[in-house]
Amino acid sequence: MGHYIFSDEHEQLRKSVRRFVERELAPYADQWEAAGGFPDEVFRKLGAQGFLGLRYPEEYGGQGGDYYTAIVLAEELVGAKAGGVGTAVEVHTEMATPPILKFGTDDQKQRFLVPAIKGEKISALAITEPEAGSDVAAIRTMAVRDGDEYVLNGSKRFITNGCRADFAVVVTRTAKEEHWAGLTLFIVEKGTPGFTVAKKLEKVGLHSSDTAELVFEDCHVPAANLLGQENQGFYHIMWELQGERLIGAAGAVAAGQRALDLAIEYGTQRRQFGRSVAKFQANRHRLAEHATALEAARQMVYATAWRVQNGEYPVKEISMAKVFSTRVAFEAADFALQLHGGSGYMMESEIQRLWRDTRASRIAAGTDEIMLEVIAKELGL
Amino acid sequence: MKVAVLVKHVPDTETRIQVKPGDKKINEEGVTYIISPFDEFAMEEALLLRERLGDVQITAVALGPQKATEALRTCLALGADDAILVSDPAFEGADAYVTAKALAAALKGGNYDLILAGKQAVDDDAAYVGTAVAEFLDLPVINLVTKLEVNKAAGTAVAARDLDGYSQVIEVKLPAVFTAQKGLNNPRLPALMGIMKAKKKEIRTLNAQALGLAPNELGAEGAKVEVKEMFVPSKARKNKVLTGAPAETAPELVKLLAEEAKVL
Repeated sequence: MGHYIFSDEHEQLRKSVRRFVERELAPYADQWEAAGGFPDEVFRKLGAQGFLGLRYPEEYGGQGGDYYTAIVLAEELVGAKAGGVGTAVEVHTEMATPPILKFGTDDQKQRFLVPAIKGEKISALAITEPEAGSDVAAIRTMAVRDGDEYVLNGSKRFITNGCRADFAVVVTRTAKEEHWAGLTLFIVEKGTPGFTVAKKLEKVGLHSSDTAELVFEDCHVPAANLLGQENQGFYHIMWELQGERLIGAAGAVAAGQRALDLAIEYGTQRRQFGRSVAKFQANRHRLAEHATALEAARQMVYATAWRVQNGEYPVKEISMAKVFSTRVAFEAADFALQLHGGSGYMMESEIQRLWRDTRASRIAAGTDEIMLEVIAKELGL
Repeated sequence: MKVAVLVKHVPDTETRIQVKPGDKKINEEGVTYIISPFDEFAMEEALLLRERLGDVQITAVALGPQKATEALRTCLALGADDAILVSDPAFEGADAYVTAKALAAALKGGNYDLILAGKQAVDDDAAYVGTAVAEFLDLPVINLVTKLEVNKAAGTAVAARDLDGYSQVIEVKLPAVFTAQKGLNNPRLPALMGIMKAKKKEIRTLNAQALGLAPNELGAEGAKVEVKEMFVPSKARKNKVLTGAPAETAPELVKLLAEEAKVL
């Protein structure tokens, strides 16, 4: 029996996504990891199946589903056996495009959201800068009004899909004050003069997703590409981050579960000292602990998703779900690798990739420390 | 136009089949079911026909226990307009002959221009039902179709078949039965919107009485063949290890690959 937040239709969707993942993604995982990316064609295939617009309105080519459909997609993408694939897709569906739906003009929705849902345009979200990571309000990329345009100058770092994105939602500073009051979002299209990919960055994990450093040098962006309200960008992005964090938590639980499943499978088969290594009490209990922690994380994600589905936006609980889920997922992956011994440390094992990939989730979308800061603040501390 | 698609609910090809000793059917415990992959080609072709021709009414038809509605539900999610489940406890022990007879009875009077089916079901691999349905309905059948074009105005269809070493192109007057072979198309998966819409579509259940079939035509009694025994063959590993100097074992290995494994 499935969880109560999921209906029979969600389970059918899950089956559909799973088959897609088994057929179109998982067989190519090793190839894409080695190549450091996957073909754009994959986005078009996902789009053709409606998977890039599950919870988007039908009028923009979406499937009109509820929030839980996004959870289903995040969980099932773990089956791709390369965390970078899910990362790239989630950045597209749950980070770069939600602000366009929420704050965009109809013209922006037609130009960017509609093709993004079809998978014809790939998107990125550019927040982080060399000098502004966790401290979002320190953003320095300037956008200065010049007639019908804004001129952007600055750089962005660690941008998923950055190398190939057809457009990026970029957080800039439009008012000089060094804090949150002067930030503005722009949609910057690939090919805009002055907008370049400075570098493709090499990462510890998530090799199937490309990560870029972007540079804006006297980059003229039409005022029509200003997303949301001028100088309200900080609030827009804080709104966006909640969704990103909860989806990240859902994906992390699924990845942790996959690691645990691998550990149980390997531990049951692997025999040392005359018995399966999973049968040693030290290992059995650890496996039971990780299974329990993952179950708690899953319930936390689902309970929070229920609140989101019902119109709330509980910052405290989303932050709790994010920090807890990503931690227990990495801990499960770490123990799973340990249980695999030398085999787990070999690059040909699936667990080593999960271990590298889940590590990223404790940093991306807000570090453990930032999540704890948010929670502490919500507690009035 | 009206198109009927015959689908079978079969164990997932990834499932490890188990048979309890003495049983003549598989142990269904823990088995997940899918639409037989060749039937998916048939279903996809019906959807493509509708995309090409416009006004095409698609009915998915399955014979099986109540849980076979899952397969029909998937067809409805893919875009079938309605569905028929042929189901009756009396079908227990039916062979392909009985299945075809019952399906033909369900299709009779439906005025279908095309009846599409997979070339065979991947569980029992009888490759019988599509052809036998055509026989019971006195319709032409073209098997192993890899291309299908329908001329609505002329009331004809042209089908291509890839056979061993050659291909055929066959024209047939509709109505007719076609069985789908791999290569016909690339089946899509149900989209969320289709899944939601399928909730409101009807699945009619027809039992033996509704089909006008007598008890002695059904199940094991009506079957033309009888399963005598069913078992999972034990897979004895027949490894051969060659020992000795590489200079001696290499020619021996080549010989074995050529003569025993027949891979060279």
